[in-house]
Amino acid sequence: MPADALKPEEYFVDTEPYYQPVGDEIAVFEAAYHNRLPVLLKGPTGCGKTRFMEYMAWRLKRPLITVSCHDDLTASDLVGRYLVAGGETVWVDGPLARAVRAGGICYLDEIVEARKDTMVVIHPLADDRRVLPMEKRGELLRADDAFCLAISYNPGYQSVLKELKHSTRQRFVALEFDYPDPEREAVIVAREADVDKGIADRLVKFAVMTRNLKGSGLEEGASTRLLVHAGKLIGDGIDPVIACRSAIAQALTDDPEMIAAVNELSASVF
Amino acid sequence: MPPPLSIDDIAARLDEVLEVEFTFRNTRPAAESIAALPRADQEFALELVARVASTNVEIGYRVAVHAGRALASMDERMVEAWGLNATHTYDRVGLRPALQAVEEVEQFVHLDRMRRHGALLEEAAGVLLHFLHGLSGRELKLAEGEAAWTDTETIHLPNALAELPESRDNFQLYKVTAAFLWAQTRFGTFRTPLIETLAAHPRPEKLLALFATAERLRLEACLARELPGLHREMRRLAAAAGEPDLPAEWAAAAEVLRAHDADGRASLAVALDNLDRLQPVVTCYQGELRPGAVAECMAVRTEKEKALFRFKLKELADEQRGRVPDAGDTGKEPRFEARRAEEESASLEMEITLDEKPVPPPEGMRRLTRSIVQDFGGIPPDYLVPAGPGEYDPRDFEAPRRDPDAVWQGTYHEDGAYFCDEWDHRRQHYRKGWCVVRECDVTPEQSEFRTETLHKYAGLVRNLRKTFEAMRDEDRTLSRQPDGDDVDIDALVEALADAHGGAELSDRLYTRLHRSERNIAVLFMVDMSGSTRGWINDAERESLILLSEALETLGDRFAIYGFSGMTRKRCEIFRVKGFDEPYGAEVQGRIAGIRPRDYTRMGFAIRHLTRVLADTEARTRILITLSDGKPDDYSDYRGEYGIEDTRQALIEAKRVGIHPFCITIDEEGPTYLPRMYGPVNYTVVADVRKLPYRVGDIYRRLTT
Repeated sequence: MPADALKPEEYFVDTEPYYQPVGDEIAVFEAAYHNRLPVLLKGPTGCGKTRFMEYMAWRLKRPLITVSCHDDLTASDLVGRYLVAGGETVWVDGPLARAVRAGGICYLDEIVEARKDTMVVIHPLADDRRVLPMEKRGELLRADDAFCLAISYNPGYQSVLKELKHSTRQRFVALEFDYPDPEREAVIVAREADVDKGIADRLVKFAVMTRNLKGSGLEEGASTRLLVHAGKLIGDGIDPVIACRSAIAQALTDDPEMIAAVNELSASVF
Repeated sequence: MPPPLSIDDIAARLDEVLEVEFTFRNTRPAAESIAALPRADQEFALELVARVASTNVEIGYRVAVHAGRALASMDERMVEAWGLNATHTYDRVGLRPALQAVEEVEQFVHLDRMRRHGALLEEAAGVLLHFLHGLSGRELKLAEGEAAWTDTETIHLPNALAELPESRDNFQLYKVTAAFLWAQTRFGTFRTPLIETLAAHPRPEKLLALFATAERLRLEACLARELPGLHREMRRLAAAAGEPDLPAEWAAAAEVLRAHDADGRASLAVALDNLDRLQPVVTCYQGELRPGAVAECMAVRTEKEKALFRFKLKELADEQRGRVPDAGDTGKEPRFEARRAEEESASLEMEITLDEKPVPPPEGMRRLTRSIVQDFGGIPPDYLVPAGPGEYDPRDFEAPRRDPDAVWQGTYHEDGAYFCDEWDHRRQHYRKGWCVVRECDVTPEQSEFRTETLHKYAGLVRNLRKTFEAMRDEDRTLSRQPDGDDVDIDALVEALADAHGGAELSDRLYTRLHRSERNIAVLFMVDMSGSTRGWINDAERESLILLSEALETLGDRFAIYGFSGMTRKRCEIFRVKGFDEPYGAEVQGRIAGIRPRDYTRMGFAIRHLTRVLADTEARTRILITLSDGKPDDYSDYRGEYGIEDTRQALIEAKRVGIHPFCITIDEEGPTYLPRMYGPVNYTVVADVRKLPYRVGDIYRRLTT
């Protein structure tokens, strides 16, 4: 066993993560937390939702348990299951149950990806009952006061299968995230990727161009995260145009014509 | 290698394909020129002549005459393109231009060179359009023109560029030209009193040319600030084209124009002040200025945008008032103001305030604002007055929508239709934009048809429901899984017993819930040709009702479209049920309203519905054709032609991941269906009256 293996509920964020607030999201989250309300983070991919959660976990000094939801994630994966060990069955808590017991912040990333039965499990946790039904054990787990449930969701997906039902979304305090305004985004890119202001400004200008293309050929524009990636490559001495191609254009689309157009845009900016 | 064909052999073959028996053409000279070629080229030429002659004998004859010359100067691929180009020209504009296209072998050779070393707009347009949309501002359109210029909404570019030796550089030249024209609209070239000044000036040509040069210098400076990479590319291309540096006498003017705050007026001033002193300097990417066209385009747009903007402000004002009740009808006019969102003067974003409080502009308004700022450099004060009650109707400014049925009244034309390619097997090539396709709705028929059908087939309906319910891939628990949600007690007991007995403990000890989501989208393409009149039409409609009922239980997404047509100019798709429409009274009425129409032209229907199906998200997509016979249309779509076109359309469908299947009542089906659908992808229902009984079964087999 490696020496630094941690139980999920022991994962405290010790050093302050870099987070650049865009509006009053920190105050709203804190107020929701103190009133024991669950929070829904909306926004396109790579705009800082997960970073915000890390920051809030640090700020509130609670352990952060992140579950990235995928389309095979079931309620048992969250709540827990019986395992066979040494000829006996042993109950093992899932990450959500652990967070509920430990009074941590449980962050279910991209919740719409998970199977529908997971919603049923989080509903009683997300209203004033704040209990987690553990069907297999015939128990209800009452949440610690410090427990907080947060989920994230990207409304940009156009798939009908990936919409959040009203019975779910109307339980949450919703915080909307978007890409920051160009100036702030440049500050973030400069700081995260450790590049100078000039490069960061141009990366952001390029990102705005790709976001102009959203809907007319691109599903999503370049996220702040991609800009940071490109910035890091540039910082390591990669030519900016090549960095944009590898870190951004290829990540955005597979359509050769679109890649060519995006490359021409980046070549124009740098 | 076989010996070359003799002149007589060639003449004989030409006589046959060119129908000399009826036309009395003299094939001798053509045969002589072809006879001079090596055997392989001879065969190629004869083959090409036959392909072209299948479209038009006269064009075929001319191709035969010029084939020798063409093969001498181009490779086979290009000669083929030359011949087919003539047939496409014939399809599009008729015989005379087609014959001219054949004659112009040299022109085609030139174009070939362009293609190899130059760049073609056709190929560059996709990338260029995305590129232009990525740059900020109004979304510009792209069009082919004889020169490069813009009317502030559309960028016109020549169809081919070969100024530079490398094709890569020629593409870059396209890009730079497009970006330069974009810069004209973005940085206010047309925000100058250009027209008035030109009209009042004794030497308008010289003035315009000087203005163009001055603007070029100014815009280059703007681009150097905004898009340094593009500016570098401009400099590089200008150097590659061998353009000299800017003459020294321009230096002082350039200094002024490159200043951060220089605008279009500065360029105009430079042009006016130096009319005699300076000469215009042209560069490869600057295009032309056409103030007349710009003024026309802007006049239409500004009127439209002003009305829309004021209308949106009214909406905004109403909304804001509704939100603050006590600010209601105080009789005070709402006071709007517009301010730049950022200090930087180049930004297109404006902040709109209502009674000094900022209001969030709705989506759509932002784009409008940007466009207005591009035209005026700001929002003019008279724009900021909300529209009075009933003053503007934004619908006045929308493009009028054409009713597909109205198109046929009066002379026929092709407004508001889709164009579909069609495969000509004799030509071994597509006829481009050949079919004129329209999508119409079936008129619903309010009748007892559904009730009667359900009553008539009551036993079958119950049966179908049961079988289809069983098909719903129910969630079920799988036992003895290596991992899962629960312990499989049976497996565990066994495993423990085994372990006691000394055997290895199995790891397959869990049960797992298996959920299989049926993810199928199916589109029924129903033959509505005249031959389905009577029994067949009834059977089709009954089958559709029964299937729809069954599919509703099953939960598969489905759509129903009918097709029929008369000649390529009138191909009609009838929507009975789209994928998004619920199966309800309206759709049931439309199913009842399916009536026999004209002929069975199938290719266009398959191509059109392939597009519909491809836009639907599903793991499995099926296209089921209900048909009563061979593809067939008035005059040209008979026999092999129709079958080959249909086959080609189905191949296209398969290429995008669609599974085509055909249910036919034509007993002759097995003679031609394997060619079209493949050996197993069809089924024949010999007795029409059995159709309703069989379709459910067939569908079940197909999807499990």
